Amino acid sequence: MRIYPFIIEIFQIAIVLILAPIFIGWIRMLKCWFQGRTSAGLFQPLRDIMKLFYKDVVLAENASWIFRFTPYLVFAVTVLAGGIIPILSVDLPLSATADVIALIALFAIARFFIALAGMDIGTAFGGMGSSREMMIASLAEPAMLMAIFTVSLVSKSTSLSQIVQTITHAEFILRPSMAFAILAFILITIAETGRIPVDNPATHLELTMIHEAMILEYSGRHLALIEWAGMMKLFLFTSIGIASFFPWGIAAVDNLFQLPAAIIFMAVKFCIVGIVLVLIELGLAKMRIFRVPEFLGSAFLFASLGMISYFILE
Amino acid sequence: MMLLILLGISLISAIILAFVGDRKFAPEINILGSAVTFLAGLGLAIQVYAQGPIIAGGKFFFVDAFNVYLTVLTSFVSMTTAIFSRRYMRREREHGRIGHKRIRFYHSMFQLFIFAMLLALLTNNVGVLWIAMELATLSTVLLVSLYRTPTAIEAAWKYFILCGVGIAQALFGTVLLYFAAEKVLGEGGEALLWTNLSQVSDKLEPTVLSLAFVFLMVGYGTKVGLVPLHNWLPDAHSEGPTPISAVLSGLLLNIALYALVRCKVLVDGATGTHRAGYIMMGFGLLSILVASFSLLRQKDIKRMFAYSSIEHMGIATFAFGLGGPIATFGALLHMLVHSLTKSSIFFTVGHASQMHSTQEMSRIRGLIKGNPLVGWGLMLGVMAIVGMPPFGVFTSEFLILTATIKDAPLLTPFFLIGLAVAFAALFRRVQPMVSGSAPSSQQSLKAANLPVILHMILVLILGIYMPDFLSKWFHTAVELLK
Amino acid sequence: MNLAAQINSILAALILLTAFGLLVQRRIYGLLHLFAWQGLFLSISTAVVGYTAGAHHLYISSVLTLLLKVLLLPYILYVLIHRLQIHKDVETMLNVPTTMLIGIALVIFSYHLTSPIRELSTLVTRSTLAVALATVMLGLLMMITRRNAVTQIIGFLAMENGLFFAATSATYGMPLVVELGVALDILIAAFIFGIFFFHIRTTFDSLDVEQMNRLKEED
Repeated sequence: MRIYPFIIEIFQIAIVLILAPIFIGWIRMLKCWFQGRTSAGLFQPLRDIMKLFYKDVVLAENASWIFRFTPYLVFAVTVLAGGIIPILSVDLPLSATADVIALIALFAIARFFIALAGMDIGTAFGGMGSSREMMIASLAEPAMLMAIFTVSLVSKSTSLSQIVQTITHAEFILRPSMAFAILAFILITIAETGRIPVDNPATHLELTMIHEAMILEYSGRHLALIEWAGMMKLFLFTSIGIASFFPWGIAAVDNLFQLPAAIIFMAVKFCIVGIVLVLIELGLAKMRIFRVPEFLGSAFLFASLGMISYFILE
Repeated sequence: MMLLILLGISLISAIILAFVGDRKFAPEINILGSAVTFLAGLGLAIQVYAQGPIIAGGKFFFVDAFNVYLTVLTSFVSMTTAIFSRRYMRREREHGRIGHKRIRFYHSMFQLFIFAMLLALLTNNVGVLWIAMELATLSTVLLVSLYRTPTAIEAAWKYFILCGVGIAQALFGTVLLYFAAEKVLGEGGEALLWTNLSQVSDKLEPTVLSLAFVFLMVGYGTKVGLVPLHNWLPDAHSEGPTPISAVLSGLLLNIALYALVRCKVLVDGATGTHRAGYIMMGFGLLSILVASFSLLRQKDIKRMFAYSSIEHMGIATFAFGLGGPIATFGALLHMLVHSLTKSSIFFTVGHASQMHSTQEMSRIRGLIKGNPLVGWGLMLGVMAIVGMPPFGVFTSEFLILTATIKDAPLLTPFFLIGLAVAFAALFRRVQPMVSGSAPSSQQSLKAANLPVILHMILVLILGIYMPDFLSKWFHTAVELLK
Repeated sequence: MNLAAQINSILAALILLTAFGLLVQRRIYGLLHLFAWQGLFLSISTAVVGYTAGAHHLYISSVLTLLLKVLLLPYILYVLIHRLQIHKDVETMLNVPTTMLIGIALVIFSYHLTSPIRELSTLVTRSTLAVALATVMLGLLMMITRRNAVTQIIGFLAMENGLFFAATSATYGMPLVVELGVALDILIAAFIFGIFFFHIRTTFDSLDVEQMNRLKEED
């Protein structure tokens, strides 16, 4: 029984927990810079979460067990997902437990419960947010699966670790299918993690909220857990993207010495992703909710085109 | 040499007419140009008759029994149409329906159209054939919208878009054909020459050619006006000036069918089956049936005869699809007599609607009283087109019918129903128009007599007696198309 | 796959992408830009194929495409749009996701249709034939779903692009005579639709072809 894969595993989960808020902080900081504002620093999201943990939980009178249970479930599921995705190394014991399809199912479970919790209290905003969230999900998930299938076709596996290994070892080929899949993936990530132009995480403007509307009733440690999970979700989606499309630099099996390099690579990649994301968010305005199907329709289109062009062109 | 005159004259006339504009003698130049073209066509025919097929211009041109008669036909009908349009267009201008600029445009484009058709017929290159077909479409699009009425513009736009789309499919078919040919004949222009292709057609890849034929069928079929690709045809025919309706109906449809048949020969050679023929029979029969039943509901006279053209093109397509010596012979003859009859009908229809200032059939009455030639011309023309003996259409339809009974007996009833319905529909409409007393609103006019008389005499002769040279050509063509 | 084939398939993918872009783009200048991009990709692709195959007549086709499809036609359309003052028009479109799905189905159909040819061909470009046919089909779809005369024409020209691409990918280009002839035809067509736009505009007061519905079968 080798021990150090478990060490890596634990290390990675720790990294996900810590770095996810920092990544959000990085994005907010960049945004501030671009807009000429003073930023609150990299660690502000982390401090926010900590602060929320000290606060009391205020529960509505009619809140059921679902409402109380959901934050823990969402958080646990997201952490579990963080253990599966190869972020630093492919040598993860947990990665054998679930392939990328199961990973998407994990996120789906989290979303399902958040939507339920949103409706649980019975406020108007919660229901509205849940219904919007489910609409987006129903459109984004097929597209996500299509994009992932394209990657799986290219690397002949649905396990992320396997995908990383295949792609890093194969000769580099310009693949139109991968290009399409990347495009699709970016659009889906934006939609799934509630960024501009689909949702605006920074606002509580009544009519445009999606994600915020669902969690409007949460407070204290519940809110902290959900916010934290939400930050991790962006971090993990980015990691899935990096693992599927730009896996170079992720440490191989039985190679501890690559770990420091892997950490640096990861940091660089996340910095770049942050910049790209901020540029997208700055360049676009939030779209009307009725346009979201078109947005996700194009994501589905790109994903399907990727898959088709794998057959047609490669 | 003859070839150059043939093609050059119409092109030069187009340019000259563009400069002459709306002078008094412009129609005469138009007629002269067409007449010289016709003479050159005759000369070419004599040459082919004497020497057999000609390949000229570095294999660029190719004349055999199949296209030479169509060449003569095309140049003849365009000549008579030019004669007809002299009086017709003069009256249109006097009544203020078109101005000077448009007359200039009309003459110039008319010649360009003839050039495009002749090029399509004479070229040996399947690619150039496509280009010439497209050119023929483009040169007539703005002629259809000559009157600039909303309906005319709508018709022309439809014509432009539908034929553009259709012909694009044909280009894809041509690309596929070239793809197959390139493997056998090597790269370069040689691989698209029909003479080369027909020699090696049995070596061409059958799957590719089957696919190519589907595209070619859709593409050129749109131009032939086969159902269900026919939507543009009635509109374009009814809204354009009548001389253009006459040449569209009498010539352009023929040329498109010619292109289709040329391609079919290659496909048949490659596949060794009769699949292409079946496809053509299907389209043809559908056209006959749909068009003949549509004839029943028409109110516009030119629109009605446009549907009649669809029906007759259906008959010819059906016959070519049927194959076999009798059917093919019948089809070739049918293309000839339909073209002559239909353009003659359009000449009389043009005058008839000028006399009544309308194309609505319910308001056209008493043509024989008003202008005997127009009335009788229309009457006889319709008798000919519905296939009454002793006119040529009867002969060709009879031949095709016999072949159908022999080769595809099960389809005979459908074929006959189509013919019968068309017969009834046309007669029901035409009879009240020609007979009876003339309404007071009828205006008199100087009709162009010569073209109608010439055409009807020819159709009559072809019904009674088939000249030796023609039957020899047809037999050679039948051999070619087997 | 060698590098040229890779570049070529990327270009094919881009052409397909622009074809889809044309299908769903609402703004008229956006359409024009997409069309010009498509022409550019086509031109580059032709040059790449010409270089790898050593087929030098393709350079001429490539330059021809560049002049005609990237510079001249968009310019003519630009001038027309400007003169007709429709550059701010936003088309209303029915159900974009459905159109996209139909488009995807068409791509699959084209793939199915061209698969026998793909097996027969030995050229490096053979796989792009399906994309070429798909571009033709998407142009067709665009002409069916759109209601604006200018948009329909752009669809028509995109279809022509697809045909041209088909010729390059299936056969390394048609003989030069044919290609020049086709280019000439397109040029003539460009002038004709230019005239048409004005006729339609003056007669119908708009370029919406929906208004052209007077010619119907009477009952």
